[in-house]
Amino acid sequence: MIQLIVNGQPQFVPSLDSETDAGTTNDARLNIRQLLEHMGLQGKRIAVERNGEIVPRSQFDQPMLANGDKLEIVVAVGGG
Amino acid sequence: MDKLVIAGKAYSSRLLVGTGKYRDFDETRTAVDASGAEIITVAIRRTNLGQNPEEPSLLDVLPPSQYTLLPNTAGCYTVEDAVRTLRLARELLDGHTLVKLEVLGDPKTLYPNIVETLKAAEILIKEGFQVMVYTSDDPIAARQLEEIGCIAIMPLASLIGSGMGILNPWNLQIIIENAKVPVIVDAGVGTASDAAIAMELGCDGVLMNTAIAAAQNPVLMASAMKKAVEAGREAYLAGRMPKKLYSASPSSPVEGVIGNMSGK
Repeated sequence: MIQLIVNGQPQFVPSLDSETDAGTTNDARLNIRQLLEHMGLQGKRIAVERNGEIVPRSQFDQPMLANGDKLEIVVAVGGG
Repeated sequence: MDKLVIAGKAYSSRLLVGTGKYRDFDETRTAVDASGAEIITVAIRRTNLGQNPEEPSLLDVLPPSQYTLLPNTAGCYTVEDAVRTLRLARELLDGHTLVKLEVLGDPKTLYPNIVETLKAAEILIKEGFQVMVYTSDDPIAARQLEEIGCIAIMPLASLIGSGMGILNPWNLQIIIENAKVPVIVDAGVGTASDAAIAMELGCDGVLMNTAIAAAQNPVLMASAMKKAVEAGREAYLAGRMPKKLYSASPSSPVEGVIGNMSGK
């Protein structure tokens, strides 16, 4: 398990099985797509910020999530 | 044709509307359509982590293919929060750079913090955003925001959500006279006549949310606002007659009134 802070709330997500390609710790990291699936947000129109930096959708498949990462996941809502 | 040009795109409607405070998405969509607005504001918020994934999202109801979405920074009190919010908005809307910036200074009045607004606008413009900026009705603040490259100046008519109407038409007039970019009254409109007055003053457009959403019948008010903005614009273009205190001038012929014994 790793702990992320998602939208200000602690979120525990299972870390990846290291049997696939776990040569380095980085390879075993979760990517954003997996996190979104874990949270039931796959296919939603959202944008993601990790530790204050935008994560472009093109990078959702890159293993990057580390223990303690702070994420913001946002949607468009009604507003003036 | 008399079009409103924002960031190089021409719009037929000079009414911009917000999408907050409606009962449901159905009412939002119906009211937006009744208003005729082509530019609509949206807010950027954290996903509700417990939400039902099947629930429709605002962007399904108001697709960016049909409307020009104007993501805002409502609720932001710092430069950092405002800039981060709009970077997220740009990512969310596939590189969309037209935004509404507001940096608030006080939770009770929602009055804008101009110093922070200027700083945030400068950063955003440098990053390629096209910034429509919410501001006070201070003509100097408006001029400075224009000078640093904001593409539309959006002074308040009165406090956000107050419905108090146009409290200082004189300041608005100074801003309008000085500005070379569109001036859009944003905030404070309460009813149709307020919108018409803003347009008669020479504003290029009016942005409103609560005046429609908090009306007893939002859809009917949306339609009223559409007409008010059109009427106000036409009156402005037509050029009103001068006001003449104590100088009455009848519209009907003075001569030939029956019973006049003087023979005239």
